[in-house]
Amino acid sequence: MGKSEKKKKNSNGLSFVKAFIKGDIFTKLSAPIFGLGCFVRGQIARGVMLLGFEALFIWYMINYGIYWVSMLPSLGLEGPAKEYDSFYDQYVTVYHDNSFKILLYGVLTLFLILAVVYTLMTSVKMSYTAEMKKKNGQKVDKFKDDLKSLVDEKFYKTLLSLPCLGIFLFSFLPIVFMILVAFTNYDGAHDGYITGLFHWVGFDNFKTLFSSNGGTGSYFKIFMSILGWTIVWAILATFTNYILGILVAMMINKKGIRFKKLWRTILVMTIAIPQFISLMYVSKMFDKTGLINGFLLNAGWISAPIDFWGTPLYARILVVVINIWIGIPYMMLIATGILMNIPADLYESARIDGANPFQQFRYITMPYMLFVTAPYLLTSFTGNMNNFGVIYFLTGGGPGNSKATAVGGGVGHTDLLITWLFKLTQGTEASYYMASVIGIVIFVIVSTITLIVYNGLGSNKNEGDFA
Amino acid sequence: MMKQEKHGLGMSAKRTISNTIIYIILIIMSIIWLAPFFCIVFQSFRTESTWQVGYVIPQKWGLDNYKALLDSSFVDWYKNTFIIALVVCVLQTIIVLCMSYTLSRFRFKMRNFLMRFMLVLGLFPGILGIIILYRVLADMGLTKSNAVFGLILVYCAASGMGYYISKGFFDTIPMSLDEAARIDGATRLQVFIQMILPLAKPIVIYTILTAFLGPWGDYVFAKFVAFNEPSGMNTAVGLFTWLAPDAIGRKYTMFCAGGVVVAIPVTILFLFLQKYYVEGVTGGAVKG
Repeated sequence: MGKSEKKKKNSNGLSFVKAFIKGDIFTKLSAPIFGLGCFVRGQIARGVMLLGFEALFIWYMINYGIYWVSMLPSLGLEGPAKEYDSFYDQYVTVYHDNSFKILLYGVLTLFLILAVVYTLMTSVKMSYTAEMKKKNGQKVDKFKDDLKSLVDEKFYKTLLSLPCLGIFLFSFLPIVFMILVAFTNYDGAHDGYITGLFHWVGFDNFKTLFSSNGGTGSYFKIFMSILGWTIVWAILATFTNYILGILVAMMINKKGIRFKKLWRTILVMTIAIPQFISLMYVSKMFDKTGLINGFLLNAGWISAPIDFWGTPLYARILVVVINIWIGIPYMMLIATGILMNIPADLYESARIDGANPFQQFRYITMPYMLFVTAPYLLTSFTGNMNNFGVIYFLTGGGPGNSKATAVGGGVGHTDLLITWLFKLTQGTEASYYMASVIGIVIFVIVSTITLIVYNGLGSNKNEGDFA
Repeated sequence: MMKQEKHGLGMSAKRTISNTIIYIILIIMSIIWLAPFFCIVFQSFRTESTWQVGYVIPQKWGLDNYKALLDSSFVDWYKNTFIIALVVCVLQTIIVLCMSYTLSRFRFKMRNFLMRFMLVLGLFPGILGIIILYRVLADMGLTKSNAVFGLILVYCAASGMGYYISKGFFDTIPMSLDEAARIDGATRLQVFIQMILPLAKPIVIYTILTAFLGPWGDYVFAKFVAFNEPSGMNTAVGLFTWLAPDAIGRKYTMFCAGGVVVAIPVTILFLFLQKYYVEGVTGGAVKG
């Protein structure tokens, strides 16, 4: 597979060079003048589009592109400055370069240049194909044929173009931008335009994250403690939901239990309620003045309200427990379908061998479930690492960590990396570069875990096959 | 048959006990799972006070909170959320179905690269991108009071990445069906619209449902794009402002009423489409 793919790639790369060398003068000139070959061979529409693209590109580069790209290395030379305005007879702030736009449009222009190079190769190849077809006496594809193929053989191009453009502009490009931001000093005080330019700082931000200056309140210590809790949380949240969800599904599925549909519907209905409402509401229930404390006080079980969200340990336990409340219905749904697929004779023979229900669960149900749902477990683990909603709505990351004064964002004891990242992007003291650094760290962790588990899965799939 | 029953007498007694325990657990669970929702409904009808109290059943019942909602920014928030969810629902469904159908049916040069590319892209925390998207949208004037348009753009643009579950479903429809139709002279477009889509009805409905629920409950993106401008907020962002320490004393019962109003349409939608939702969730989990 890998070999044949490589071969294919080579032949594609070759065909441009081959087309350029073997093609006639028009094909060769199709490189500097896009679409020339197409014009000569009567493919007017193609030629117009190719040439039009080239003209647009040249116009753009002269008017804008060259400026953006040339500014990329410096990210702007002149920041906002006080200048004398003779009309108003006073000093006013005048804004010059905009680092943000330079970075954004600079990167965009670089991608545009790549696209132009690709089009150049296409132009030559197209011309060569048409040349060969003419030589062999075949009919050259006309514009009508092109259009027709777009709803037929090349239908995928039609279907994919818009979604891929969206992903490129709204997902890929922002990520490239934010990766670059991690190497600048872009923050509230250097927003690139109004408060000041920002500049490249190399790996300084990464050094800051891993520096232990400041003892127990250093970036590194705080980062490690948040990372530690993020992982503990992800493990707890994933496996409590997983195991309890399976148990609930088994209870409902059990022979002789009636109203199966009712139990399931009750749980599924809780999925229907938008999560932010349930989370906000439950969070307030456990407030110092909330329903739970009020109930306990009225019942006389406590004499003073318990500060659930103000005590690190309580807060951490509560978020895990409430997450179980949120998560069990999903897992129950998933497990129900899979449990029904476990061959009944497996249990039958286990029973004959004298296995008790616990042993059956341990040696039949769990291995089967793990085998089938391993990919789901992985995605739900990484999903929980980035489980913004549960933490943000329940605790807002709090209770605050008094040690974390040196780091930005106001870190708390239940903060995950993702909520810390979010906090770092808020307010006038936002530290976008640190948010980007943390985003990159999250990516590295998540992709490492994914890679390791996927490789492990690959070998597992071949070993024991239940089906 | 008779013999077996006699033999299993001890077993059946045991089964009755274990079933009773399970019933008790299930009843307790149902109470725990439903209790908060009953509480929020009861509290939305409480009129004697607007702050949090230690009891559930109101002393004075009334619709005051719901009436107050009509005179607050909640109307804007609800309208925003509704428009966004509706538009995104349509556009996102089209995009996701196109994407997943293509990746399931066509074999082209960039296919593997594209799928791997999106997989890697998905590993980046999505929140990160919003910092730049916010500034770009602000330049285009699509934030604050125009947040609705900005949000529709943001939700729809990258929605092609959510192709995975429906692609899994399309994969289960045999390719031979496509080929047969193609031999009969149908174009790919006709095959997709007239044959595959009707067959994929469950996953189409699942896609519609999730495309609606996503923006209905989104907070992070909506908060960024609204940027503290009340008229540009959606219900999640707006209602959260009512729980801030300086507002909760006056707005708590209104928050409850608002929560109920937000939950009602999706709950009804869910009641009818539950079957399809379950199918999508289970299918997605097994295929990963």
